Amino acid sequence: MSDILLQIDGKEVTAREGMTVLEAARAAGIVIPTLCYHEKLEPYGACRICIVEADMNGRKSLVASCVHPVEAGLIVRTTSEQIHRIRKTIVELLLAHAPDSVQLQALAQQYGADKDYYEKQASFCIHCGLCVRYCTEIKKKNAVGFVDRGTRREINFVPHLAAQECWNCKECFPLCPTSYLQAAYVLVEALTIPQPPFKVAAGR
Amino acid sequence: MPRLQSPEALESIRKELASKRDSQRPCISVCAGTGCIAAGAGEVIAAFKAEIEKQGLQADVDTKGTGCPGFCERGPVVVIYPEEICYLQVKPQDVVDIVSQTIKEKKVIDRLLYVDPTTKAKAVRESDIPFYRNQRRTIIGNNIKIDPKSIEDYLVIGGYTALAKVLFAMTPEQVVEEVKTSDLRGRGGAGFPTGKKWEGARNAPGDTKYVIVNADEGDPGAFMDRALLERNPHSVLEGLIIGAYAIGAHEGYIYVRQEYPLAVENVTLAIKQAEEYGLLGKDILGSNFDFSVTVHRGAGAFVCGEETSLLMSLEGKVGEPRTRPPYPVTKGLWGKPTTINNVETWANVPLIINGGAEAFSSVGTEGSKGTKIFSLVGKVNNTGLVEVPMGITLRDIIFEVGGGIPGGKKFKAVQTGGPSGGCIPEAHLDTPVDFDELTRVGAIMGSGGMIVMDEDTCPVDVARYFVEFLTDESCGKCVPCREGIRQMHTILTAITTGKGKEGDIQRLEHLAEVTSTASLCALGKSAPNPVLSTLRYFRDEYEAHIKEKRCPALSCKELIAYHIDPEKCQACMICLRKCSAGAIVGGKNQIHVVDQDKCTKCGTCFEVCPPRFGAVQKISGEPVPAPLPEAERTTVRKANTNE
Repeated sequence: MSDILLQIDGKEVTAREGMTVLEAARAAGIVIPTLCYHEKLEPYGACRICIVEADMNGRKSLVASCVHPVEAGLIVRTTSEQIHRIRKTIVELLLAHAPDSVQLQALAQQYGADKDYYEKQASFCIHCGLCVRYCTEIKKKNAVGFVDRGTRREINFVPHLAAQECWNCKECFPLCPTSYLQAAYVLVEALTIPQPPFKVAAGR
Repeated sequence: MPRLQSPEALESIRKELASKRDSQRPCISVCAGTGCIAAGAGEVIAAFKAEIEKQGLQADVDTKGTGCPGFCERGPVVVIYPEEICYLQVKPQDVVDIVSQTIKEKKVIDRLLYVDPTTKAKAVRESDIPFYRNQRRTIIGNNIKIDPKSIEDYLVIGGYTALAKVLFAMTPEQVVEEVKTSDLRGRGGAGFPTGKKWEGARNAPGDTKYVIVNADEGDPGAFMDRALLERNPHSVLEGLIIGAYAIGAHEGYIYVRQEYPLAVENVTLAIKQAEEYGLLGKDILGSNFDFSVTVHRGAGAFVCGEETSLLMSLEGKVGEPRTRPPYPVTKGLWGKPTTINNVETWANVPLIINGGAEAFSSVGTEGSKGTKIFSLVGKVNNTGLVEVPMGITLRDIIFEVGGGIPGGKKFKAVQTGGPSGGCIPEAHLDTPVDFDELTRVGAIMGSGGMIVMDEDTCPVDVARYFVEFLTDESCGKCVPCREGIRQMHTILTAITTGKGKEGDIQRLEHLAEVTSTASLCALGKSAPNPVLSTLRYFRDEYEAHIKEKRCPALSCKELIAYHIDPEKCQACMICLRKCSAGAIVGGKNQIHVVDQDKCTKCGTCFEVCPPRFGAVQKISGEPVPAPLPEAERTTVRKANTNE
């Protein structure tokens, strides 16, 4: 493992091969906001709030820092007008789901996001996948997972697994950035409302 | 069939097959592509076989179901060789005449020929029809000459010569170099230089490498890849084997959607035949090069056309994109270097090897070489599959090849690149077909979908349609794509149903920026294109919807009303009888009136009102005129003089 030299916000940063830009930045004390990131879990790259500008030999692109590998000579900017705009919109889109989430409210304040800018959505879930990934990667139980795709994508507990595993665990609850609500609600729904074991995507 | 052990053996079998074919022997070729099959080609082929037998001509005439010539609008297409007489929209009842007159007496049947809509001139041969004359059919031109289920047909027209050439006369590096020199760019959409991709995979460390055909064609209205796999599967296969040799892969996959049963069937058969001939499998043509191919059927998720999602799906996982880098050329299928190219890209490879890179790149523009296949659909006279040289203008495709807009309507826009593409208006019709030029006007080349729209099409509704498609087809993993598309769809639906509000355009622009820059994969990054391009060229129509609740194209149901002009209504009862909602009040000699509360806006009254009356009107953005008082509705008919 050789050291890699890169630049983040004008600061020379040394990182190890295989590290992500986010890890390198954190190690150097540079703060990049995250939502779906968790240090115990595999990087997921879904919320995109950790977006930064990566400049490799003059080729600039916007990348999710939690999944983008460090490279020698990479020049990273963690803030810019555009990055600010993108983060603001992402927060606004998520506030349409979970306007009361403390974590989102803090980000809203930081980026000047308006919780009423986009139309409210029925589900609290922001699909960060923390509960799903925690259950899969750490607990290795697969009791909660994603179903369907596109705008119909939701998290769902697998009733027969949840009935066995979840009552004594519930470790995914505090991970939920929408304040337990989604995970708790969906779990209760899975266990109390009789339903077929798996939802089948309509028409496909 | 013993496996061929050398290129010489391949040549000798080719000569042997060719010698058995008599080019002067009459042959009835019926297109057996999906379009013509749907139009009844199967019955036509059966009728030909029966009639030939009845007339005792089996020994003198061949009948064959071939690949598609592309003129789907006029299918089933029948071509009689050796004269190359082309008959269109042939029905089983025409078969007797064709056999007794054209085959036996060499007479042309006038009523089945193509008639030019403007000059009324008839075209006897395929090459005389403007639809074909203005194309350059280097890839699909062979379709009509071969039975896609016959490797022998492909061998007779020179199939697998390119493979023999690379295996015995070129090093893999030379093959990569040749493809690089040709400047071939990927036909799947993004236009990445194919040679560069191959070089990346060739140079990537590792012994196990893969090549993949991306046949997960999902754009609404597009069928280029389907056509190639169905109609000339060996051309794709030959390209794939050459690519495998070039990058050093010994295993390949054809990822094709399950919804393409004929493509799956034909390509599976092609693989089996190629294996039997020793053109696939161990020690191909005695060259020591091993390569095998597996057909993998996709379940029809649009996102699996995105290369990293395709890889996930191939690996048996949920079809969701992976982060790039690492790119598939270094870390692809099961973490091994992988080259994924589109069907059409692979089909170009044998042409480049046979004809040389220079000949290939002599066609096209500075940045885009060769030809491109488009599926030309929508409001255009000649719908079908067309292959044109890069650099041809959109105007030439739509008006020369496509024959213009039907029904005397005006052209409004053309959508290239499917849901990821953009709407190009009249003002940019002289844009050449070129990866970079199309991007410059806000669309993309895409994989070749080309949807023509006339003046009755509402651009806001078009944007809504494509975004709606993506609400289903986004994988839903990343926020900018899933939530951006969700909100864009909500806003566009509101606008097209008269609930648009101030700030909606601005909101759409914010969403478009974020979705196009921050999404995880190309699906999200290109998702806002239909919105951005229609906003760019038809902003006034967005504003009319929002501010005046008016749909200028008179297309958005919620914003229009049907009204019968009492001055023009002849009380003929046609619309009244046809209205399925019973929304038309009137009777014999009673001026008809639309009951707006009952009207479902299906448009039937508008369509059936005789054009010489033109009494039914669509109105938008203004109040519906008050109905005539009942007492004044009785018409006094003069004698039938002004009919």
